[in-house]
Amino acid sequence: MSTALEHPTYNYKVVRQFAIMTVVWGIVGMLLGVLLAAQLVWPELNLGLPWTSFGRLRPLHTNAVIFAFGGSALFATSYYVVQRTCQTRLFSDKLSAFTFWGYQAVILSAVISLPLGYTTTKEYAELEWPINILLAVVWISYAIVFLMTIKQRKTSHIYVANWFYAAFILTIGVLHIVNNAAIPVTAMYSTSIYAGTIDAMVQWWYGHNAVGFFLTAGFLGMMYYFVPKQAERPIYSYRLSIVHFWALIMVYMWAGPHHLHYTALPNWAQSLGMIMSIILLAPSWGGMINGMMTLSGAWHKLRTDPTLRFLVVALSFYGMSTFEGPMMAVKTVNALSHYTDWTIGHVHAGALGWVAMITIGSMYHLIPRLFGRTEMHSVSLIAVHFWLATIGTVLYIAAMWVNGILQGLMWRAINADGTLMYTFVESVEASGPGYIVRLIGGLCWVVGMLIMAYNVTMTVKRSDVAEARQPLAQTA
Amino acid sequence: MDTGTFRGIITGLLIIAFLGLTFWAYSKRRKPDFDEAANLPFADEEDSSKHASRDAHRHETDPRDDDARENQGDKNT
Repeated sequence: MSTALEHPTYNYKVVRQFAIMTVVWGIVGMLLGVLLAAQLVWPELNLGLPWTSFGRLRPLHTNAVIFAFGGSALFATSYYVVQRTCQTRLFSDKLSAFTFWGYQAVILSAVISLPLGYTTTKEYAELEWPINILLAVVWISYAIVFLMTIKQRKTSHIYVANWFYAAFILTIGVLHIVNNAAIPVTAMYSTSIYAGTIDAMVQWWYGHNAVGFFLTAGFLGMMYYFVPKQAERPIYSYRLSIVHFWALIMVYMWAGPHHLHYTALPNWAQSLGMIMSIILLAPSWGGMINGMMTLSGAWHKLRTDPTLRFLVVALSFYGMSTFEGPMMAVKTVNALSHYTDWTIGHVHAGALGWVAMITIGSMYHLIPRLFGRTEMHSVSLIAVHFWLATIGTVLYIAAMWVNGILQGLMWRAINADGTLMYTFVESVEASGPGYIVRLIGGLCWVVGMLIMAYNVTMTVKRSDVAEARQPLAQTA
Repeated sequence: MDTGTFRGIITGLLIIAFLGLTFWAYSKRRKPDFDEAANLPFADEEDSSKHASRDAHRHETDPRDDDARENQGDKNT
């Protein structure tokens, strides 16, 4: 990228790099998801090869969408928001460039090592120890860049979005290091330093806080900047943002045990996790209400602004999945829902409906501004993407609700003599139609992302043309 | 003091801290500071000039938008 696009104060280069990689990894991760969805309909699609089998590609899909797509989006937006709201340049250009290349190296290592079968077997923490060490170094550099930028701010206040980003960065650093503490055995094999049930509890303390801090706090930081910006109104209640920030931080830490209901985990810990998960509804909805109410008096903008539609529908899905989550954490509900497709549906209500939609809305706001334009190449293509994403999400989660409840009921049905009414394979067979609907939903998402990639490419190209004609960068 | 009592005290302290924080956040004295903080996304200079011109333009076309940004948001005080 030529120097004409360089902002006089801010470091936009690293933001642009992460923003472009967000789109790239989004497509890769979602394509993998579609392949896996197709494998569940047609198992032969694993090609009979170990590298393309479901068990190896599934962690690659989750790592690609959560950490590559979501992570790049969080890097891009946090670096943008912290500069804009602190009115200062990023702490160090070199260190921030290192976070970009280092983070991409971690993702590439995952792309290679996971299909080869190297895994710690910890969900969402599958990467082996050498990659974990690199990630820890990159993450600590990220924390230094972000916090030092806040330290040298030109404004008196630290805007609430930066609080959420800072909480996300610090907590993920702690979670990553503690959960991946392991004894290396060979170059690509290690064993956890925790044993048995404690290992499981540490893993889900990590796992649920990855949801709480990576997929919630980080993206709430995004919400607190891009929703007010796009709606052109300040956040509805700044004081509510402070109260729900601290409530969220204090409560999320305790919700992990709900992943281990009816296991060897002590019963009191399961009940504690259940109660804390129910309490979580309050701070979660605090954030949703704050975002939604920001639009009061500006609802008509939704009719003409598909970017804002992405952001608002993301908040709706956030509200919906943070209601569903506490409900599923109730032990009696969990007895039906656990290990079924309902869980996968719930995850995707959050991941597609909330995380991906808020990211895409933010990217449609951010990308033109990074490339010296005021709007994306085509606003109507944003609208097409919006409808594909919304319909795709609804198809996906509806199919998984039906499948999940169906599986849960079939697995627990017993005959009068106490024997099981159905074999497991009968429940798999009954899930077939739902898997096809899910595949269609996933395809809608990939098509939407490809449209986004085209739109972004044209926006970047046009900015090159505009720049050639008029070398002064427009910055918004 | 056994571990259970210690943890109980920590939990109690956290509840008091949270209640204190809530009262602090909702006190009237914080209002002007929070209003200033809430407008930080619009505060960087080049944007605010551009923003003002866009606002002026919209003023003619859409009367529903004529409230200043400062008048929006939480009015519940």
